[in-house]
Amino acid sequence: MRNLWIFISRYNAFFLFIIFFIIGIYLTVKNNAYQRSVTLNSSNEIVGTAYERLNIFKRYMNLGMVNDSLAAENAKLKTHLLNLTTVDTTKDVKVIDTLTDQQYTYLAAKVIKNSITLRNNVMTINKGSLDGIKSGMAVIAPQRGVVGLVRDVSEHLATIQSLLHKDTRISVMLKKNMALGSLVWGDSNFDIKKALIKEVPNHIKMLVGDSVVTSGFGSFPKGILVGRIIKPNVATNDNFLSGELNLFTDFSTLQYVYVVKDKRAEEQKALESLIKPNE
Amino acid sequence: MNSRIVIVNIIRWILLLFVQIFLLKNMGFYDLSTPFVYVLFLLLLPFGIPNILLYVLAFATGLTLDAFYDTMGVHATACIVLAFVRISFISISLNRDAIDDPEPSLSYMGFQWFSLYALLCVVAHHLVLFFLETFRLTEMGYTLMRCGLSCIFTLLIILLVEFIFYRRTSR
Repeated sequence: MRNLWIFISRYNAFFLFIIFFIIGIYLTVKNNAYQRSVTLNSSNEIVGTAYERLNIFKRYMNLGMVNDSLAAENAKLKTHLLNLTTVDTTKDVKVIDTLTDQQYTYLAAKVIKNSITLRNNVMTINKGSLDGIKSGMAVIAPQRGVVGLVRDVSEHLATIQSLLHKDTRISVMLKKNMALGSLVWGDSNFDIKKALIKEVPNHIKMLVGDSVVTSGFGSFPKGILVGRIIKPNVATNDNFLSGELNLFTDFSTLQYVYVVKDKRAEEQKALESLIKPNE
Repeated sequence: MNSRIVIVNIIRWILLLFVQIFLLKNMGFYDLSTPFVYVLFLLLLPFGIPNILLYVLAFATGLTLDAFYDTMGVHATACIVLAFVRISFISISLNRDAIDDPEPSLSYMGFQWFSLYALLCVVAHHLVLFFLETFRLTEMGYTLMRCGLSCIFTLLIILLVEFIFYRRTSR
């Protein structure tokens, strides 16, 4: 003990240095936010790395069990897949209409053939008469915009006379003042992004940026956004006003469309057929 | 004689800390070189001072500086390291029994010994100071450059001060 004491007192400079140095470092780390955060972070990093190593080892030990459960899950999913390929689960989409009882239902269909470069373009979808599709039904694009009208129907497929066709005319109106017109394509140019609204009465003021929506006369439900006017008052040979509009539908990237089923189409047709043409 | 040494050291302490805090704290070349001349007080403490008193004084001086620099403990630690280097260097380079000079200043010890002594102490102090301030090794090059440039600046001022208060003694 005495020797130890002598040893300490002989090298007192060193021991005092150690003591004061530790106090200094302690004060530094305790009182300075930055130094404290660095110290804590580095110690956390060491602990974290150790845990990560341990975790990798544990994962390796459990590999057999995980393999078995994955194989079981794969088998289950494969059985499901076999069921899915034979049955098409797509159903009609209901649109909730609170004012009247529901008039329109929407059926999603995939576009399996499409053309945009011809004068008269036609596309094919993968739903047919078995899904309740009939000739003359309206077809709209998923987000906004119109696509065209159903032309011919087979059991599983249907062809659509797209808007980009010389015979397609869709009844539309200007959203701001309900002025009627008809939508045609290919009258002056063959740009798939542009169409014409024709036969608007002359007293209507058409401006750049006006929204064009469907009028509800015909197969299309009322109020579906069609496009926006980019060039009002295009000169044509008739006595009506015409305007050029930018279509919301992008025909070049169309993958899915909705076929609109009108529940009262038959009834309306039957009623209107009572009026004789020459009456 | 003894009380005179005490008074001289107290005045030196006040003067050096005043200069350090109010003048040199605002000096620096592009954040690269900042002088810490207050260490001169610790360098010039008399030979006969007990180790414990030297450490306490170093610690107190460091803490005072920290209070003004808002770096609690950094200067104190650096001063403790300086005190240790001072004790070691004196015990190695001088024969303890043959010391008859009152303090290790330029006037008593000569240029060669004093400059080596100041160099070692200042380098140790600055190394600890800058590395504690940065507290990481990733900016090693930049920290070492700051440290080296500051050492040169500090040493220059210390030697300048010593030459100004130089008194020729009969050695």
